[in-house]
Amino acid sequence: MTMTKGQAARPPSPTETRAERRTHVPADGTAHAAAVEAARRAMLDDARPRHRTRIGADVVCEALLLQGVDLFFSYPGGVILPLYDVLGDYPQLRHVLVRHEQGGAHAADGYARVTGEVGVCMGTSGPGATNLVTGIGTALLDSIPMVAITGNVPSALIGKDAFQEIDINGITLPMTKHNYLVRDANDLPRVLAEAFHIARTGRPGPVHVDITKDALQQETSAPHPTHDEVIAGLPGFRPNLEANGRQLKLAAAELARAKRPVILAGHGVLHAEAWDELLAFAEKAQVPVAHTLLGIGAIDETHPLSYGFMGMHGWKHVNRAIQSADLLFAIGMRFDDRVTGNVRTYAPYARIVHVDIDPAEIGKNVAVEVPIVGDAKRVLQALLPMIEAVDPATRADYFAELADWRRDSEGSSWHGSGAWRDGLLSADYVIERIGELTDHEATYVADVGQNQMWLARYAGFRHPNTHVSSGGLGTMGFSVPAAMGAALGAPGRETWAITGDGGFQMTSQELMTLTADKIPVKIALLDNKKLGMIRQWQEIIYGGNYHSAHLPGPDFAKLADAYGIPAFRARTPAEVDDAIRSAQAVDGPALVWFEIAEEQNVFPMMPAGKGLSDLIEKWGGADE
Amino acid sequence: MSGDPSSNGRVPAAANAAPAGPDPAPPPAHAAPPPRALPGGGATRRHTLIAIVLDKPGVLNRVSSLMRARNFNIDSLAVSRTDQPDVSRMTITLHGDDVAVEQAAKQLYRLIDVLKVQDVTADAVVAQELALVKIRATDSNRAEILKLVELSKGRIVDVAGESVVVEVTGPEAEIDQFLALVRTYGIKETVRTGAVVMSRGSASIEEAIKR
Repeated sequence: MTMTKGQAARPPSPTETRAERRTHVPADGTAHAAAVEAARRAMLDDARPRHRTRIGADVVCEALLLQGVDLFFSYPGGVILPLYDVLGDYPQLRHVLVRHEQGGAHAADGYARVTGEVGVCMGTSGPGATNLVTGIGTALLDSIPMVAITGNVPSALIGKDAFQEIDINGITLPMTKHNYLVRDANDLPRVLAEAFHIARTGRPGPVHVDITKDALQQETSAPHPTHDEVIAGLPGFRPNLEANGRQLKLAAAELARAKRPVILAGHGVLHAEAWDELLAFAEKAQVPVAHTLLGIGAIDETHPLSYGFMGMHGWKHVNRAIQSADLLFAIGMRFDDRVTGNVRTYAPYARIVHVDIDPAEIGKNVAVEVPIVGDAKRVLQALLPMIEAVDPATRADYFAELADWRRDSEGSSWHGSGAWRDGLLSADYVIERIGELTDHEATYVADVGQNQMWLARYAGFRHPNTHVSSGGLGTMGFSVPAAMGAALGAPGRETWAITGDGGFQMTSQELMTLTADKIPVKIALLDNKKLGMIRQWQEIIYGGNYHSAHLPGPDFAKLADAYGIPAFRARTPAEVDDAIRSAQAVDGPALVWFEIAEEQNVFPMMPAGKGLSDLIEKWGGADE
Repeated sequence: MSGDPSSNGRVPAAANAAPAGPDPAPPPAHAAPPPRALPGGGATRRHTLIAIVLDKPGVLNRVSSLMRARNFNIDSLAVSRTDQPDVSRMTITLHGDDVAVEQAAKQLYRLIDVLKVQDVTADAVVAQELALVKIRATDSNRAEILKLVELSKGRIVDVAGESVVVEVTGPEAEIDQFLALVRTYGIKETVRTGAVVMSRGSASIEEAIKR
């Protein structure tokens, strides 16, 4: 086996694919977007009309603007002060001052997920950098395009255990797509251009650029490289976008012979902006589409061919369909353990076609019959004319069975009743109402745990990139800061942060950022006074040995009030709609405190290590 | 496709025969399906990977960190410059089954600084290793040791009052054999480079990536 880089088609330049750029100059800022654009050009083309010399910190700002970035999340500190010293010269760059670097990293992540563009966060050396690490790891596991920039101590002090020095380059090395340490300002234009190119090209991911303080202060006239120069300078980075024609033929043949095919749509469909192609493909081949957690939005859930959310807390009917399928057509997903459960019992009758842009994902977790390495959009475009149009009537029996399973699975849930034991507030009802009252048109940002699964199951997603969730790393505390970035990335729609009381308490300092920067995030706090998923596992898997599952919290209304954020409260199903509407009516951030039932579980549930056919659907008589 | 080795032999025969038969009935729910084979799980053997990498700071760290993080155990790793100024070459030997090593190679390939990865385990190659061995030597047995070194195509590179340092080069097994031979005299210390490997014939892994 030999792998050589260099033959693949040249990736498109960012300007060819990037969606229309938004402007994030604050409303109270100085300039209209057009004027800002003119100023940007003038600055870049006109030999920097400043009355001082150009230093490394200027290069950073110029590079951001060149890359189409006009918004970043950061927190100052000693060695990154040279950058803050010049920021005032770049009014086109909106700096959001977060209250903790982790919040900044998650915000950049949320921004990237809703826009498809590269999110940018910054911090200082030492603790500033280590605080970013959780956010960088979150972005790595979910393949989010992100550039994280940190200051480092002056070159001469590196390795001397200087104040706030830590080997952050060594720390981020295994958890980034690539990372850099820059000690010379003349390297900065190239490194930053490479960082953005690597972050957004192929399988996206986070790139960390560590810059010493002296490099930020050093005078430089180094020019920014062209896109072609960047590519020429990265001979080892040639993502393979176009699929092999022979493999496509094999895939089409698999599809033609399958009687019970299922498409498994993952995050890759969203990264490749391939939702239209996916739909055309599914419709032509008449194949039901199941999606992963991060594949939510790849298909409109109301479409007749959308079958639903798969995996550990997915719908039973979806997992049944997978277990009885004779062909899994996986696109941009990686057969994560939360999706497959025990691989030995996973989809036992199915042959597998696996489309992924990353060759290392193919054959990693499951053996596949037809591997296809390529960009999901291009693969589906190439495949569409190669497959035969299927008459839905020929799948009548299959579809009838799937419909039966679906009725059975959805009907066995308390979902939608609004009631849960003794009239307590049921979380799935809250989620469903949020979905309804926002017309399914908002951005919904999950935290991690039960709230994440309730959101995935019950909100009803219609559009791509409207669901934001830390799937791979499962980072509690993700929701509020990520929603911050999501709201700034998609200002045209409402942004709802769905969080539990546990995750909320991890990053609630960002409430102040919401207030200070007038970021209109609506927070739905599902408070069961528990670490709900921990409690659920302890109840079902650890024999009711509840340790540390009870989580006392503050008076969340007072907390929000202290940050200047209006809070609304709902304790019964009857109060839910009013509370949601009140939050929607607020011009700015708002919090809704839902005091939900304390012991509600998310069902079905596949215990870790078990298979998709071993779902637990009820426990102790409660089948919520 | 049924003969395709990539199927790993794990697909039930009934599923494979699907296109030939009439409408296959949906799989009966009561029949326990055969377990799905995990990727890999085959016999482990020693593999040799050649990686051509950019000579950038930290590239060795990237490679070794990746192997550690992905749970691959490196037997030996030899790194050197090549005739191209900014390119280094690594020879990595590791144990694992074919699928696991393929996964290791794919993961290596993801590194931005890696230009090419080739598993040469099944190829015709020249594989050589160099060892330096400091052997205890006395006036009475020095001549005997020198004779042994000569027979083993080794070379004395240092002579001292109570020791000699010998350089031996050859396939790993030959070096093992030499060490076994001289162990009776007393080995004071040993250093080995690990295997360096090159394919036989005129094909060149480096030419393939010339820019």
